[in-house]
Amino acid sequence: MTREALVPVAFRVNGSPRQLEVPARRLLSDALRHDLRLTGTHVGCEHGVCGACTVLVDGRPVRSCLVFAVSLEGSEITTVEGCCNAEGGMGPVQQAFQDCHGLQCGFCTPGFITTITAYIDENPDPSEVEAREAISGNLCRCTGYQNIVAAVQRAAELRASTSPTGGPGSTGGPGSTGGSGAIGGAGT
Amino acid sequence: MTTKMFGARIPRSEDPRLVTGNGRYLDDLGHDAYEAAFVRSPHAHARILDIDVSEALDVEGLVAIYTYEDLEADTASRVGEPLPLLIPHSTLTHGRTPYALARDEVNHVGEAIAMVVAENRYIAEDAASRIVVEYDFLPAVVGVEAARAAVDLVHDDVPGNVAAVMVQETGDADAAVDAAPHRLELDLAIERSASMPMEGKGVLAEWDPDDRSLLVHTSTQTSTSVRQAVAAKLGLPVDRVEVVTPDVGGGFGVKIVHPWPEEVLVPWAAVRLDHPVKWTEDRREHFVSSAHERGQLHKVRVGYDDEGRLLGLSVRFWHDNGAYTPYGLIVPIITSTQLLGPYKPGVYRVEFQSLYTNTVIVTPYRGAGRPQGCFVMERTMDAIADDLGLDRAVVRERNFIGPEEMPYDQGLVFQDGRALVYDSGDFPASLDKLKKLVGWEEFEAYREQARSEGRTVGIGLACYVEGTGVGPYEGGHVRVETDGTVVVSTGLTTQGQGHQTMLAQIVADELGVPFERIRVTTGDTRRFKYAVGTFASRTAVMSGSAVALTARKVRAKALSIAAEALEASEEDLEIVDGHVRVKGSPGESSSIDLGAVAVLSNPLRYAFDEASQRATQFASAADPNRPPVDAGDAPGLEGSDFYSPIRSTFANGMHAVVVETDPQTAEIKILRYCVVHDCGTIINPLIIEGQIHGGVAQGVGGALYERMEYHPNGQLLNASFMDFLMPYASEVPTVEIDHLETPSPLNPLGVKGAGEAGVIPGSAAIASAIEDAEGIAIRSMPISPSELFHLRKKNREGQTR
Repeated sequence: MTREALVPVAFRVNGSPRQLEVPARRLLSDALRHDLRLTGTHVGCEHGVCGACTVLVDGRPVRSCLVFAVSLEGSEITTVEGCCNAEGGMGPVQQAFQDCHGLQCGFCTPGFITTITAYIDENPDPSEVEAREAISGNLCRCTGYQNIVAAVQRAAELRASTSPTGGPGSTGGPGSTGGSGAIGGAGT
Repeated sequence: MTTKMFGARIPRSEDPRLVTGNGRYLDDLGHDAYEAAFVRSPHAHARILDIDVSEALDVEGLVAIYTYEDLEADTASRVGEPLPLLIPHSTLTHGRTPYALARDEVNHVGEAIAMVVAENRYIAEDAASRIVVEYDFLPAVVGVEAARAAVDLVHDDVPGNVAAVMVQETGDADAAVDAAPHRLELDLAIERSASMPMEGKGVLAEWDPDDRSLLVHTSTQTSTSVRQAVAAKLGLPVDRVEVVTPDVGGGFGVKIVHPWPEEVLVPWAAVRLDHPVKWTEDRREHFVSSAHERGQLHKVRVGYDDEGRLLGLSVRFWHDNGAYTPYGLIVPIITSTQLLGPYKPGVYRVEFQSLYTNTVIVTPYRGAGRPQGCFVMERTMDAIADDLGLDRAVVRERNFIGPEEMPYDQGLVFQDGRALVYDSGDFPASLDKLKKLVGWEEFEAYREQARSEGRTVGIGLACYVEGTGVGPYEGGHVRVETDGTVVVSTGLTTQGQGHQTMLAQIVADELGVPFERIRVTTGDTRRFKYAVGTFASRTAVMSGSAVALTARKVRAKALSIAAEALEASEEDLEIVDGHVRVKGSPGESSSIDLGAVAVLSNPLRYAFDEASQRATQFASAADPNRPPVDAGDAPGLEGSDFYSPIRSTFANGMHAVVVETDPQTAEIKILRYCVVHDCGTIINPLIIEGQIHGGVAQGVGGALYERMEYHPNGQLLNASFMDFLMPYASEVPTVEIDHLETPSPLNPLGVKGAGEAGVIPGSAAIASAIEDAEGIAIRSMPISPSELFHLRKKNREGQTR
């Protein structure tokens, strides 16, 4: 059996141009994780149900375990690493997860963060019911979701208070609260 | 004054790393390692006649294929022997464990037969798919009934499929039942579910041929024990093996089992190939080759007086242990003892059989036998209330152990081999809190109102007691670095419970240092060699106590060194915000920071930076007539200590649920879910509440959605997240919580475990609520709308007949 043919593909990941040569069958999740070493994107089920591998492709949530990397020529991909603020610290959705204790083991969290990032771009002020609906396509085995629902609303608040333009990656910074060691914050 | 950290609602210090994609889970490591895939049995029970690998050999990128023959041929190691029986017990007369790769027989779908190593996982799977195994099919034994019938045997040499029979009793319970004025018999069943962490298992092994040492990363709940097991299996000196647990994407029990076949095979292959090898479990593998739990059938005989007080309780149950018994009898032992909950059972007898089936092994899943026990006891309580026409809460209250009766000896032996003695708890106070929280007394008015709107609602409750913090021990190490950083390590592992935050809170208070200056490492044998593991809600109790004791030791040493430096008496000193200072005199001259104390603790010949000059031989003010390091002392501001309790500490809790059932579709909706929780003193309420939320979600899953759907031929029909219904956000209710804090007298912090609690009474409380709504006895969980629909139909037919 001969070695697999490699196919070139070029896309942008978190704002940077990336070029790869990968087998046609290589999943986007594997290309991100093992070729580009962006291991924040996690794989929980390999069949598109759990949502842990969710990334944004041209701003829309996509399950990276169901997409071939080579099919994304010219796309703009945002992973959880791209949801940080300009200084590389926690962006508003990430900060909200810490404030609300919205994660325990953290394995599913990147998929929630990308999903919520896209959601609050379109729905900047979700009600609790809407927040729950927004995350109801992602599985979490640790938290029981209650604090993730709170984190969606908290993220919307942080986004509103820190980002006049509201684009992904432009938020966080001086207005955000909480942080390691700060007391308070959980809202439950 | 430093803010008190113990008890504070502190956001987790783990989170900034994890939410930004900077976690390091198993498959985030070893990008250049070879990867393994496994040929697994598609049949539940078969003899292996032949394994033909010839078609796989020309796959480009293949590195190696191993079968049992290769394990057997390696006589320098013990990889060809069966995997260990981790927890032997005298009643486990027929314990059986698998080989790392099946030798000549497979006993469940998913059992590993061949390991393929290749340049990457895609290629490894290509090659694995070309390996042809020839089988001689044997009849499969699936489910408790088939196992009991024993028409077919799982293991030829295990008569009746019975691995173990165990009896515990406090007297002649059946005579007590027979003599009681009221008696009931109930059949109660719980189906299989599984831990199902979002991250499956995984192993990465790196062999250093020059150093002849092995570094293993594994997604486990016990790195120290994996280290011992890998060394033993591979025939390596233990000091040549280190095991590191990276970030772990959830465990919930399944990762306490070890060594998994892959934890032996991947390191073994890495040594043979002299190349890093990695295996990352995929979801289907996790369903069919990890572990399940919960499946048990129970038969209860209970006798009670006119007031509903228990006089005798006799329980027999049948535990489906799957194909092998690597984890011994822990799950059924826990059911048989923790079934008693907060009650005095009168005379108690319990007998269980642990039975083999041709299914995935059964080992603890969060709650570990308690959800079944709680279901049995709480269904019994409801049945007694129904029989006597009494309020369900009243019957429970009448059977409670009173707070004045603590410590209370139930007269049984618990899972740790120690007496089942409840150390503390105030069950009437907990029940009062729960009734207030859910509005127990006002519910009839709500029911009437709902009824007038054409809605059917019901309320249920369930109580449990949970033995937590089982031994034998855990340890801690605390070191103050010369820059004032405090490095803490404990040997057990973390799977998302916030141990880094929680342990830092404890050390911050004990040592008097800022929370932000503390770094915590768990589950790394390079840092701490002696530990047991993370299970049985034991970390706060065991490692929490151990690091507290250790921090006290280090504090004492710091005071002693500082006393000399400050020319003050130790009793006059305090440590605040990382500075040792004379109480009541805030000046610079009467204070020394802990980093400087750490410098002084280590007499030096050579300075390595400016601060360390202070400890060198010509700069030091040490007494020239004493050795620089006194006898019995040691250099460095550090220490280690262990905590080993005489027995477990018992947490408790009570849940109440309000459900609505749809009159047409039989859909079951949870309207309210209330929890009263007593885990002793609380270290971090944020983390405790998170643990409860998550536990409740798993309880709801186990009550309404999750089951392992085995075909009688042994195929697991729903081995995917499409078909095994774990709850999404849309299925989990908002949880309302109230706490009671009854400190444990057994440990220095007064804490009890909290990790598993939330899941335990889920099925019991929800069954109680559905029964209350429908007026139909619920004897088996989980329950789906379809099952409720058919129960209604059967009930109507029964009434009209």
